[in-house]
Amino acid sequence: MHLILFLLFAGICLAGAINLLLQSHPISSALSLIVVMTSLAVLYLLLGAEFLAVAQVIVYGGAVMVLFTFVIMLLNAGREERTMGSRTARSVGFPAVVALLAIFATVILKTPGLGVARLSDGITSTEDLSRVLFHELLLPFEVTSVLILIAILGAVALASHGSGDPHGDQDHGKPERTSK
Amino acid sequence: MTDQVPISWYLILSATLFVLGVLGFLIKRNLITVFMSIELMLNGVNLSFVTFAHQWHAVKGQIFVFFVMMVAAAEAAVGLAIIIAIFRARATLAVDRIDLMKL
Repeated sequence: MHLILFLLFAGICLAGAINLLLQSHPISSALSLIVVMTSLAVLYLLLGAEFLAVAQVIVYGGAVMVLFTFVIMLLNAGREERTMGSRTARSVGFPAVVALLAIFATVILKTPGLGVARLSDGITSTEDLSRVLFHELLLPFEVTSVLILIAILGAVALASHGSGDPHGDQDHGKPERTSK
Repeated sequence: MTDQVPISWYLILSATLFVLGVLGFLIKRNLITVFMSIELMLNGVNLSFVTFAHQWHAVKGQIFVFFVMMVAAAEAAVGLAIIIAIFRARATLAVDRIDLMKL
């Protein structure tokens, strides 16, 4: 059962990730990324991380991807164009990435002592997780809340910059240099 | 037999997701898609964390994933705000045209 579920959702996950690379329209890529994140949530559940599975769906599949699709539609992002740079990136990128995957796979397969995962291993309950989080790691948790506050302020400051004065857009919109 | 999966398969899947993210970062020419590839890399690393937390029965691995998720959410908010600011200034999302700091 575990094996079937793993193969099914790992396949969906990889198909979504590959589709993200193949699609040329950003909105298709964003929908593929949602597929990847949702199937990863199932894999987390198989590994006994129930809280993270739910958080993955809510935070990643919900909040972050809604933000992405919102920005794609706000900016009216169209198809990407093929340029000289993409050809260079392809010819250099593919061998480098294959080499990277080969290194990772060799290290993982040569590591001794990796066991097997079973469904009967039990799940980490949210109670255990929160006990560690709020007792031992309380300070990092609070620091993260400050980080998120700063991120919200930064996002608002960046996104609303220049929209107040009518002359600001003309200064910024000046084409400084066209591409070669 | 079918009720168990080797831990290494999960790790290979995680490495593959990370590598696909790197590939997308290199070959995609749209700023938003490049940013989505970074999210894909983060997700690959998260799967690795959860797998090792399962392997060693350690709760702290899962808490690390929780922190990564929080930082990724903050990063997405700030990054997309930067993308909006770039689009206002340059009126393009193609990474080849945003080359002001290139030699």
